[in-house]
Amino acid sequence: MSKPKAASSSLDAPALRQQWLQPDVLSGSEILLRSLLLEGVDCVFGYPGGAVLYIYDAMHNNPDFRHLLTRHEQGAIHAADGYARATGKVGVCIATSGPGATNLVTGIATAFMDSVPLVVITGNVPTTMIGTDAFQEADITGITMPITKHNVLVRDVRDLARTIREAFHIANTGRKGPVLIDIPKDVSAAATTFHYPEHISIRGYAPTTLPNKNQIHKLVQAIGEAEKPVILAGGGVVYAGAHEQLLEFVEKAHIPVTTTLLGLGGFPSAHPLWMGMPGMHGTWTANMALQNCDLLIGIGARFDDRVTMKLSKFAPKAKIAHIDVDPAEIGKNVPTAIPCVGDVLHVLKALNKKVKRAPSHAWVETIAQWKKEQPLRYEDSETELKPQWVLQHMMETTNGDAFVTTDVGQHQMWAAQYYLFNKPRRWISSGGLGTMGFGFPSAIGVQIAHPNDIVISINGDGGMQMCAQELAICAIHKIPVKIAVINNRVLGMVRQWQEIIYAERYSHIDLEGSPDFVLLAEAYGVPGFRATNKAEARVAWAKALATPGPALVDFVVPRDENVYPMVQAGSAIDEMIMGDER
Amino acid sequence: MHRRQTISVLVNDMPGVLQRVAGLFGRRGFNIESITVGASEEPGLSRMVIVTVGDQAMVEQIQKQLYKLIDVIKVVELVQETTVSRELALIQVRVDAAQRSELLAAVDVFRAAIVDVAPSSMMIQVVGEPSKIDALIRLLSPYGIVQQARTGVTAMMRGMAKT
Repeated sequence: MSKPKAASSSLDAPALRQQWLQPDVLSGSEILLRSLLLEGVDCVFGYPGGAVLYIYDAMHNNPDFRHLLTRHEQGAIHAADGYARATGKVGVCIATSGPGATNLVTGIATAFMDSVPLVVITGNVPTTMIGTDAFQEADITGITMPITKHNVLVRDVRDLARTIREAFHIANTGRKGPVLIDIPKDVSAAATTFHYPEHISIRGYAPTTLPNKNQIHKLVQAIGEAEKPVILAGGGVVYAGAHEQLLEFVEKAHIPVTTTLLGLGGFPSAHPLWMGMPGMHGTWTANMALQNCDLLIGIGARFDDRVTMKLSKFAPKAKIAHIDVDPAEIGKNVPTAIPCVGDVLHVLKALNKKVKRAPSHAWVETIAQWKKEQPLRYEDSETELKPQWVLQHMMETTNGDAFVTTDVGQHQMWAAQYYLFNKPRRWISSGGLGTMGFGFPSAIGVQIAHPNDIVISINGDGGMQMCAQELAICAIHKIPVKIAVINNRVLGMVRQWQEIIYAERYSHIDLEGSPDFVLLAEAYGVPGFRATNKAEARVAWAKALATPGPALVDFVVPRDENVYPMVQAGSAIDEMIMGDER
Repeated sequence: MHRRQTISVLVNDMPGVLQRVAGLFGRRGFNIESITVGASEEPGLSRMVIVTVGDQAMVEQIQKQLYKLIDVIKVVELVQETTVSRELALIQVRVDAAQRSELLAAVDVFRAAIVDVAPSSMMIQVVGEPSKIDALIRLLSPYGIVQQARTGVTAMMRGMAKT
């Protein structure tokens, strides 16, 4: 990877840190850069413009500060998001006022829905011009209020350092999320003495981390009596870094686990107690287990509608326990008998001290039987290239150890079903917002964070065209992302719904006439390969993996392949279409 | 069961706080019957009193969601039985000289006050529970209400319980 301006180890060097902490008189722009360095930010993704010119000017002579110029602000924020999901650190991006800021909106909402810690910096017009409909003015704090954890318009340069410190704290504690800081141009130009507060206290912000002992006791007791317990583990397990504690908990209590889309990798998929993903495209076993369990323990999962499907018919026999850092999630969608508010890591540690094995022996056997009888399956072909096979092949060739980002749609579900993870933070996908265009730029952020690991970006031919311009970044900086286009020449998930639910009335789904993705990649200087059958796929994929820099593989798959199992909107999760009914 | 519920919210006196709170109610589909904001006893903090209609689960969600706003310091659900609720209204009524004394008597019963008199109208100020204001408005309607303005409810718990 080119331009390794500051090795990450030097960022923590005490001498450098002391130098950054000096109470020099600095401009708002220099304060911003110093503060970001002090927060341990080793790469910022951004795009300059009029209102952030002072900030970009300050970067010009700052050898410690690393910035990656994307080709669209949306690319910048998705890259920052991928970086954050893959590391647990706060992702940072910068854009100018007006259109620069509004181009971030989809990315902010994406991070907000999936509780990803970001600090988003926007420029704004000078304070004297705010409210005058000035050139490139947009009320970005107003626009992003409902999709940020918090946002601040900094009106005085003396508030800037503290605001940044607080933003990082808010973004990456409690239920994580994006925080936006809007900096008017005159604030980034104005000077003041730099002081970076060591301690902060925000009166209205004190997330509960330690659980209530009484609720822990109740949950331990409920587990002791549960004959058919199930754990529903979500992204919160991954974000809390609690995967080891979850494994210990599961083994001590002997409870089968299903991991949500965002929870994939939070529990090893090779484990016999893992049941796969639940919900709309979940496994038969996971859905049946949810519908028949007597105790359902949600851990860092928010009972999203794609998991529960018809809420009134969800887990009808279960007593529900819910462990979550956000008290507002408890009881929001499902009535909860045992609420456990706290950091998932702390709650699981407390539980692991007390929990006893559940009387779940027969239930675990039943589930093992279901897994055997109703595995995920598809009809393979020797003439056509099946997308599920492509995903399996990717997993086999990378030992299930790659970082995988996806876009949204059929390929995302196939990736979730067929690329099996055993480690957390390897699976990066837009779950809550379902943002097309996320899959490719997010991989750039992941690769920046993990330069020596294999990063695979899986996209459909639709989503690939929503942020394809970032191919330039991969080529210029030799960011070695392996880009897969699962190309069915159609908006596959929409096609599937129109086939099954709208009586084959196919409306505006045809992507025929899209660019040749191999040529598109090569136009940017990224080697491209194409595969139309298994033999070609093996060769193309091997070539891509062997390419030292980025590479794209266009996997040409059938138009009409559907994702199964499927539960239709409005149905209960055990009303499943398996795809091979006769 | 849907019922009227009053919530007292202590917030940072910062630009945009009312927008954050009102926006939260809007986007989550919580009803706002009235909302009042003013300075609290502590410099830098404002107190909002919000009247909403919803079932217990919704009121609980409202409180939890409010707490997620960084600028919200404290949220208290005011229990109807132990809460003093007051609203102020200004009501301008069309009235000629002949009707004035009759109207004055009615105003007196409600402990309302005449705050402006013009040749063909009077402005009445009344303070009380919303139901009392409703009653006065009903009484004044036949005269012809030219315009009315109500502040919305502000409220506080009795005794020393701090909200």
